[in-house]
Amino acid sequence: MTVRSRSSASNIILTNIETIPGSTITQHLGLVQGSSVRAKHLGRDIAAGLKNLVGGELKGYTELLQEARQEATDRMVQEAQQKGANAIVNVRFATSSLTQGAAELFVYGTAVRVG
Amino acid sequence: MEGWIFFAVLLAIGFFFGSRAEQQHFRDLQRREQALGGLVISVVGAKVALPDAAGAELFVGSVVVSSDYFKTFVAGLLKLVGGRIGVYETLLERGRREALLRMEEAALDWGAERVVNVRIQTAELGGNNGQGIVALEVIAYGTGVR
Repeated sequence: MTVRSRSSASNIILTNIETIPGSTITQHLGLVQGSSVRAKHLGRDIAAGLKNLVGGELKGYTELLQEARQEATDRMVQEAQQKGANAIVNVRFATSSLTQGAAELFVYGTAVRVG
Repeated sequence: MEGWIFFAVLLAIGFFFGSRAEQQHFRDLQRREQALGGLVISVVGAKVALPDAAGAELFVGSVVVSSDYFKTFVAGLLKLVGGRIGVYETLLERGRREALLRMEEAALDWGAERVVNVRIQTAELGGNNGQGIVALEVIAYGTGVR
Protein backbone atom coordinates (compact mmCIF):
# COMPACT_ATOMS: atom_id res chain seq x y z
CA MET A 1 0.00 0.00 0.00
CA THR A 2 2.94 2.30 -0.32
CA VAL A 3 5.08 3.86 -2.97
CA ARG A 4 8.21 1.78 -3.19
CA SER A 5 11.01 4.26 -2.98
CA ARG A 6 13.54 1.77 -4.28
CA SER A 7 12.12 1.13 -7.69
CA SER A 8 13.21 -2.12 -9.24
CA ALA A 9 15.53 -0.45 -11.71
CA SER A 10 17.62 1.47 -9.23
CA ASN A 11 19.25 1.66 -5.88
CA ILE A 12 18.53 5.30 -5.29
CA ILE A 13 17.72 6.21 -1.70
CA LEU A 14 14.87 8.63 -1.16
CA THR A 15 14.23 10.61 2.01
CA ASN A 16 12.23 13.69 2.84
CA ILE A 17 14.80 14.94 5.34
CA GLU A 18 17.90 16.91 4.45
CA THR A 19 20.37 14.13 5.02
CA ILE A 20 20.84 10.44 4.39
CA PRO A 21 21.43 8.94 7.83
CA GLY A 22 24.47 6.72 7.86
CA SER A 23 26.15 8.42 4.91
CA THR A 24 27.54 11.82 4.02
CA ILE A 25 26.41 13.96 1.13
CA THR A 26 29.40 14.75 -1.04
CA GLN A 27 27.79 16.61 -3.91
CA HIS A 28 24.54 18.41 -4.69
CA LEU A 29 23.21 17.93 -8.20
CA GLY A 30 20.17 20.15 -8.17
CA LEU A 31 16.43 19.82 -8.39
CA VAL A 32 14.87 16.76 -9.96
CA GLN A 33 11.20 16.27 -10.59
CA GLY A 34 8.66 13.91 -12.01
CA SER A 35 4.98 14.23 -12.75
CA SER A 36 2.09 12.21 -14.03
CA VAL A 37 -1.39 13.28 -15.04
CA ARG A 38 -4.01 10.59 -14.72
CA ALA A 39 -7.65 10.41 -15.54
CA LYS A 40 -9.90 7.84 -14.01
CA HIS A 41 -11.55 5.46 -16.44
CA LEU A 42 -15.21 4.83 -16.89
CA GLY A 43 -15.45 1.47 -15.12
CA ARG A 44 -13.80 2.84 -12.04
CA ASP A 45 -15.93 5.93 -12.26
CA ILE A 46 -19.15 3.95 -12.25
CA ALA A 47 -17.96 1.78 -9.38
CA ALA A 48 -16.97 4.91 -7.47
CA GLY A 49 -20.33 6.48 -8.17
CA LEU A 50 -22.05 3.48 -6.60
CA LYS A 51 -19.63 3.42 -3.71
CA ASN A 52 -20.32 7.09 -3.17
CA LEU A 53 -23.81 6.15 -2.01
CA VAL A 54 -22.47 4.44 1.10
CA GLY A 55 -19.18 6.28 1.42
CA GLY A 56 -15.86 4.99 2.62
CA GLU A 57 -12.67 4.21 0.79
CA LEU A 58 -12.72 4.25 -3.00
CA LYS A 59 -10.13 1.54 -3.57
CA GLY A 60 -10.08 2.00 -7.34
CA TYR A 61 -9.04 5.61 -6.97
CA THR A 62 -6.56 4.86 -4.21
CA GLU A 63 -4.82 2.39 -6.54
CA LEU A 64 -5.02 4.72 -9.50
CA LEU A 65 -3.33 7.52 -7.61
CA GLN A 66 -0.73 5.20 -6.13
CA GLU A 67 0.21 3.99 -9.60
CA ALA A 68 0.40 7.57 -10.78
CA ARG A 69 2.55 8.60 -7.85
CA GLN A 70 4.84 5.64 -8.45
CA GLU A 71 5.21 6.68 -12.07
CA ALA A 72 6.01 10.26 -11.09
CA THR A 73 8.58 8.96 -8.59
CA ASP A 74 10.14 6.71 -11.24
CA ARG A 75 10.52 9.66 -13.59
CA MET A 76 12.18 11.70 -10.87
CA VAL A 77 14.53 8.80 -10.11
CA GLN A 78 15.42 8.49 -13.80
CA GLU A 79 16.29 12.16 -13.98
CA ALA A 80 18.43 11.84 -10.88
CA GLN A 81 20.27 8.86 -12.34
CA GLN A 82 21.00 10.78 -15.52
CA LYS A 83 22.64 13.40 -13.35
CA GLY A 84 24.71 10.73 -11.68
CA ALA A 85 22.98 10.88 -8.32
CA ASN A 86 22.63 7.97 -5.96
CA ALA A 87 20.15 9.56 -3.55
CA ILE A 88 17.38 12.14 -3.49
CA VAL A 89 16.76 14.17 -0.35
CA ASN A 90 13.96 16.50 0.70
CA VAL A 91 11.38 14.77 -1.46
CA ARG A 92 7.99 16.52 -1.58
CA PHE A 93 4.69 15.43 -3.06
CA ALA A 94 1.96 17.59 -4.50
CA THR A 95 -1.42 16.73 -5.97
CA SER A 96 -3.65 19.02 -7.94
CA SER A 97 -6.96 18.19 -9.42
CA LEU A 98 -7.07 19.65 -12.91
CA THR A 99 -10.69 19.03 -13.79
CA GLN A 100 -13.22 16.63 -12.47
CA GLY A 101 -11.75 13.26 -13.30
CA ALA A 102 -8.10 14.14 -13.81
CA ALA A 103 -5.37 14.80 -11.32
CA GLU A 104 -1.72 15.66 -11.53
CA LEU A 105 0.70 13.96 -9.18
CA PHE A 106 3.94 15.80 -8.83
CA VAL A 107 7.06 14.88 -6.92
CA TYR A 108 10.31 16.77 -6.56
CA GLY A 109 13.49 16.63 -4.56
CA THR A 110 17.18 17.39 -4.53
CA ALA A 111 19.49 14.92 -6.23
CA VAL A 112 22.70 14.27 -4.33
CA ARG A 113 25.68 11.95 -4.31
CA VAL A 114 26.47 10.30 -1.03
CA GLY A 115 29.77 8.76 -0.09
CA MET B 1 -43.93 11.28 -5.77
CA GLU B 2 -41.78 8.39 -7.01
CA GLY B 3 -38.88 10.75 -7.12
CA TRP B 4 -39.30 11.49 -3.44
CA ILE B 5 -39.50 7.82 -2.53
CA PHE B 6 -36.35 7.10 -4.53
CA PHE B 7 -34.62 9.99 -2.80
CA ALA B 8 -35.72 8.79 0.65
CA VAL B 9 -34.48 5.28 -0.11
CA LEU B 10 -31.09 6.59 -1.21
CA LEU B 11 -30.90 8.72 1.91
CA ALA B 12 -31.75 5.77 4.12
CA ILE B 13 -29.18 3.53 2.39
CA GLY B 14 -26.58 6.23 2.80
CA PHE B 15 -27.43 6.72 6.44
CA PHE B 16 -27.57 3.07 7.57
CA PHE B 17 -24.74 1.57 5.52
CA GLY B 18 -22.66 4.71 5.70
CA SER B 19 -22.73 5.04 9.47
CA ARG B 20 -22.21 1.30 9.93
CA ALA B 21 -19.18 1.41 7.67
CA GLU B 22 -17.91 4.44 9.53
CA GLN B 23 -18.19 2.78 12.93
CA GLN B 24 -16.46 -0.32 11.62
CA HIS B 25 -13.71 1.80 10.14
CA PHE B 26 -13.15 3.64 13.43
CA ARG B 27 -12.91 0.34 15.33
CA ASP B 28 -10.50 -0.99 12.75
CA LEU B 29 -8.39 2.18 12.99
CA GLN B 30 -8.22 1.96 16.76
CA ARG B 31 -7.19 -1.70 16.70
CA ARG B 32 -4.46 -1.08 14.14
CA GLU B 33 -3.21 2.01 15.95
CA GLN B 34 -2.79 -0.01 19.13
CA ALA B 35 -0.98 -2.76 17.22
CA LEU B 36 1.66 -0.27 16.09
CA GLY B 37 3.18 -0.17 19.56
CA GLY B 38 6.29 1.91 20.04
CA LEU B 39 6.81 3.43 16.62
CA VAL B 40 7.59 7.11 17.15
CA ILE B 41 6.19 9.60 14.69
CA SER B 42 7.48 13.13 14.57
CA VAL B 43 6.90 16.14 12.40
CA VAL B 44 10.39 17.55 12.99
CA GLY B 45 13.63 15.94 11.94
CA ALA B 46 14.45 17.47 8.57
CA LYS B 47 17.37 19.52 9.84
CA VAL B 48 18.41 17.43 12.80
CA ALA B 49 21.43 15.15 12.53
CA LEU B 50 20.58 11.52 13.20
CA PRO B 51 23.95 10.10 14.27
CA ASP B 52 22.61 6.78 15.52
CA ALA B 53 20.71 5.94 12.35
CA ALA B 54 21.94 3.28 9.97
CA GLY B 55 19.41 3.65 7.20
CA ALA B 56 16.53 5.73 6.02
CA GLU B 57 13.83 5.40 3.47
CA LEU B 58 10.76 7.29 2.30
CA PHE B 59 7.36 5.86 3.14
CA VAL B 60 4.07 6.99 1.70
CA GLY B 61 0.55 6.08 2.74
CA SER B 62 -2.44 7.22 0.79
CA VAL B 63 -6.17 6.73 0.73
CA VAL B 64 -9.13 8.09 -1.19
CA VAL B 65 -12.24 8.47 0.93
CA SER B 66 -15.66 9.54 -0.17
CA SER B 67 -18.71 10.90 1.52
CA ASP B 68 -21.95 8.93 1.54
CA TYR B 69 -25.29 10.10 0.19
CA PHE B 70 -26.59 11.03 3.62
CA LYS B 71 -23.53 13.03 4.59
CA THR B 72 -23.51 14.88 1.30
CA PHE B 73 -27.16 15.80 1.78
CA VAL B 74 -26.75 16.91 5.40
CA ALA B 75 -23.65 18.92 4.50
CA GLY B 76 -25.63 20.59 1.74
CA LEU B 77 -28.27 21.64 4.27
CA LEU B 78 -25.69 22.78 6.83
CA LYS B 79 -23.99 24.91 4.20
CA LEU B 80 -27.09 27.08 4.13
CA VAL B 81 -26.54 28.20 7.69
CA GLY B 82 -22.76 27.83 7.84
CA GLY B 83 -20.70 26.79 10.82
CA ARG B 84 -19.33 23.38 11.70
CA ILE B 85 -20.01 20.50 9.36
CA GLY B 86 -19.52 17.54 11.67
CA VAL B 87 -20.29 14.90 9.03
CA TYR B 88 -17.25 15.96 7.01
CA GLU B 89 -15.04 16.27 10.07
CA THR B 90 -15.35 12.55 10.75
CA LEU B 91 -14.74 11.81 7.07
CA LEU B 92 -11.48 13.77 7.07
CA GLU B 93 -10.42 12.20 10.34
CA ARG B 94 -10.95 8.73 8.88
CA GLY B 95 -8.91 9.60 5.82
CA ARG B 96 -6.07 11.13 7.76
CA ARG B 97 -5.78 8.32 10.28
CA GLU B 98 -5.97 5.68 7.54
CA ALA B 99 -3.23 7.35 5.47
CA LEU B 100 -0.97 7.74 8.52
CA LEU B 101 -1.56 4.12 9.50
CA ARG B 102 -0.64 2.85 6.06
CA MET B 103 2.59 4.81 6.17
CA GLU B 104 3.37 3.57 9.68
CA GLU B 105 2.61 -0.04 8.84
CA ALA B 106 4.87 0.10 5.78
CA ALA B 107 7.63 1.64 7.89
CA LEU B 108 7.25 -1.01 10.58
CA ASP B 109 7.45 -3.80 8.00
CA TRP B 110 10.74 -2.36 6.83
CA GLY B 111 12.01 -2.26 10.42
CA ALA B 112 11.78 1.43 11.23
CA GLU B 113 12.19 2.61 14.82
CA ARG B 114 10.73 5.99 14.07
CA VAL B 115 9.38 8.07 11.26
CA VAL B 116 10.59 11.64 11.07
CA ASN B 117 9.47 14.72 9.19
CA VAL B 118 5.98 13.42 8.60
CA ARG B 119 3.84 15.48 6.25
CA ILE B 120 0.13 15.08 5.65
CA GLN B 121 -1.73 16.63 2.79
CA THR B 122 -5.18 16.52 1.35
CA ALA B 123 -6.34 16.94 -2.21
CA GLU B 124 -9.88 17.18 -3.44
CA LEU B 125 -10.73 14.87 -6.32
CA GLY B 126 -14.37 15.54 -6.93
CA GLY B 127 -13.73 18.55 -9.12
CA ASN B 128 -14.72 22.10 -8.45
CA ASN B 129 -18.06 22.36 -10.15
CA GLY B 130 -20.05 21.31 -7.12
CA GLN B 131 -21.48 18.25 -8.85
CA GLY B 132 -20.46 14.65 -8.88
CA ILE B 133 -18.87 12.81 -6.04
CA VAL B 134 -17.33 14.20 -2.90
CA ALA B 135 -13.99 12.45 -2.71
CA LEU B 136 -10.65 13.43 -1.34
CA GLU B 137 -7.23 11.95 -1.24
CA VAL B 138 -5.12 12.08 1.87
CA ILE B 139 -1.45 11.26 1.69
CA ALA B 140 1.00 10.96 4.55
CA TYR B 141 4.72 10.63 3.99
CA GLY B 142 7.82 10.62 6.08
CA THR B 143 11.29 9.18 6.39
CA GLY B 144 11.55 5.91 8.26
CA VAL B 145 14.78 5.59 10.25
CA ARG B 146 16.37 2.50 11.77
